[in-house]
Amino acid sequence: MTTSQTVPALGDDPFGSEILTDPYEFHARLREAAPVVHLPRYDLLAMGRYAEVRATLSDWETFVSSRGVGLSDFGREKPWRPPSLLLEADPPDHTVVRTAMNGVISPRNVRKLRAEFAAAADELADTLVARGRFDAVTDLAEIFPVRVFGDAVGLPAQGRENLLPYGALAFNAFGPRNQLLTDALAKAAPVQEWILAHCQRDELTPDGLGAEVWAAADRGEITHEQAPLLVRSLLTAGLDTTVYGLGNTLYALARHPEQWAALHADPKLAKFAFDEALRWEAPIQTFFRTAAADAVVAGIPIPKDTKVVLFLGSANRDSRHWGDDAETFDVRRSAGGHVAFGMGIHQCVGQPIARLEAEVVLGAFASRAARLELDGEPVPKLNNTLKGWASIPVRVTAA
Amino acid sequence: MKSTHEESEIDLLVADRRVAADGVVALTLRHPAGEELPAWEPGAHVDLILTEDLTRQYSLCGDPADRSSWQIAVLQESDGRGGSAYVHDKLNPGTTVRVRGPRNHFPLEPADRYLFIAGGIGITPLLPMLEAATAAGAEWQLVYGGRTAASMAFVADLRAAHGDDRVVLRPQDEHGLLDLEALLGAPAGDTLVYCCGPGPLLDAVEERCSSWPSGALHTERFTPKEQGEPVLSGAFEVELAQSGLTLTVPPDRSILEVVEDAGVQVLSSCQEGTCGTCETAVLGGQVDHRDSLLTDEEKAANDTMFVCVSRAACPKLVLDL
Ligand code: HEM
Ligand code: FES
Repeated sequence: MTTSQTVPALGDDPFGSEILTDPYEFHARLREAAPVVHLPRYDLLAMGRYAEVRATLSDWETFVSSRGVGLSDFGREKPWRPPSLLLEADPPDHTVVRTAMNGVISPRNVRKLRAEFAAAADELADTLVARGRFDAVTDLAEIFPVRVFGDAVGLPAQGRENLLPYGALAFNAFGPRNQLLTDALAKAAPVQEWILAHCQRDELTPDGLGAEVWAAADRGEITHEQAPLLVRSLLTAGLDTTVYGLGNTLYALARHPEQWAALHADPKLAKFAFDEALRWEAPIQTFFRTAAADAVVAGIPIPKDTKVVLFLGSANRDSRHWGDDAETFDVRRSAGGHVAFGMGIHQCVGQPIARLEAEVVLGAFASRAARLELDGEPVPKLNNTLKGWASIPVRVTAA
Repeated sequence: MKSTHEESEIDLLVADRRVAADGVVALTLRHPAGEELPAWEPGAHVDLILTEDLTRQYSLCGDPADRSSWQIAVLQESDGRGGSAYVHDKLNPGTTVRVRGPRNHFPLEPADRYLFIAGGIGITPLLPMLEAATAAGAEWQLVYGGRTAASMAFVADLRAAHGDDRVVLRPQDEHGLLDLEALLGAPAGDTLVYCCGPGPLLDAVEERCSSWPSGALHTERFTPKEQGEPVLSGAFEVELAQSGLTLTVPPDRSILEVVEDAGVQVLSSCQEGTCGTCETAVLGGQVDHRDSLLTDEEKAANDTMFVCVSRAACPKLVLDL
């Protein structure tokens, strides 16, 4: 790559276990070094500052997604699965499919989910607060989305244990072929088979979001060949992300007792607490783009065909944008404009569902528990793309 | 948001300016030193960077083979603010303007037959397409609507170049709205439809084409829907029922900004009316909906709004904040 002489280089491996476990020291060096940095280990360019990350996400004409949003360039390598019609597509193809998906996840359809989500949240909160000690990941964050989002899509109860391993595989596959990806691929076959089967119409209940995707195909908004791939998008992108997001929020709140106290005093803050937690610890840490033409970012040339990795979690803590307290977790902050859900035409289509899940479940716990504290050392869960926890032992005090 | 990507950006000279129809000026842009301009293909547009905060997109409507000049045509919008007013008032022959691009997200794909549908100034990206379709030996028809014959640009050129059977002119004051049912009622497998025009025309065409094969229809809309000027050009008030505050929203600020500045927390994300995060219940007043999310029916219900982009259509809104 020709730019390697003109931009500073960082020799770190951002997909090594050290940085995956704790990326923030690396993020700070990345932001300090330059707006665009070379990562010789993967011969990639990287951005970690808010302004450039946001601008690159928004500029879909120069920085395309159709060549993959992971390390692998679909222009050169065969993707591990047929590409996503949303995530890994550009306009005009993306536009057609995204319009159909916006119709499936419309404000009206999301509103219809609230009552059931809230009932499930109350039930879970009653049980766990009565128990007093539980694991915020395995008893809560991994349970709630699989139940309510699984129901919303219209999946059978049987076999849902395949959902999280499939997501883990997909998100590992955006990174390099390291041990994490090799391990995930080794266990992949039966999981992929279940997912594929459950994208078909006859496996889905007639009233769920999955059925809505098929109905969009009946109306001609998308083709019937596209429908299973779009259901697959829901199953890939809709579970692990929310599981990590909830886990990270509970971690942040358990680490900051005064923030939990504020939330308990006013449970309506739940939606702001989730938003701030996504800013503070982005579940999806990285996505990639490929330059479709020669470009210049902040004065640094980016040659056509270069892969660029965007550090969302770093942009969300850039003091140039967020101010000197960028590292501070504060549920009363205005976190609007963070890039944990992306930005621009690919911005998360499931955002209202994720927010609804978090609002009802955090609200249910916040109103019942006066205190939330760590009850043991949290255990990180490593993934090439996702940042979060395998276990967060906690103790709650009923109000 | 300002992009930091400095792709091809050049100052061009306004070499010629002529009135192409009522309220429409056509500009010819050239390199000040006579250099060749970047290549482009039918459907491409450029950004005119008019001031630091004012960038507007215009389709190139001349001949792609002519590398010495570019043509654009600009409609003067009714209440005289924003980009169109700047172009009409300031871009006279001899002035320069900064231009970025060209880019193309409305490319002409190969086909045996095309149906081109233009509404008003939406004719511009289609003009070079007609030439390209003719050169490729494709069959095509253009149906071109506008308010009145006098408001429709390039009519004489079109008739002279392509004749009356290929170019169907439909000024609304003589013919009413375009008969989309007749045009699009029966899907034609070998035909691609290219449509450019105001939002309601695009919506109607999209709806008719839902029974067409996917991929047959090409329109130029994808990012936020183009919104016209707001209903109210001046300031309005918002009363926040929960917080007990009444705030004034000036024309150059969003409700979201004003409410946040007053210390009231509101969730937001895209801040362009596409993601739905800032949805807020409306307790009183009429909303000027400017988002890309609500259906017409939901807009009419007037009980919810997206405060990052939508505004008031009355002196005072009451919101559940
Ligand atoms: C906290 C939870 C979530 C986070 C942090 C998250 C994050 C993201 C991000 C960063 C993107 C942008 C990708 C890019 O720019 O290339 C995205 C896109 C997407 N998300 Fe989410 N997501 C979450 C929940 C969900 C849910 C619940 C669903 C399904 C209902 C979902 C479905 C999707 C889909 C289909 C896309 C692709 C959209 C497109 O390319 O147009 N996500 N998400
Ligand atoms: S913030 Fe996205 S619609 Fe208002």
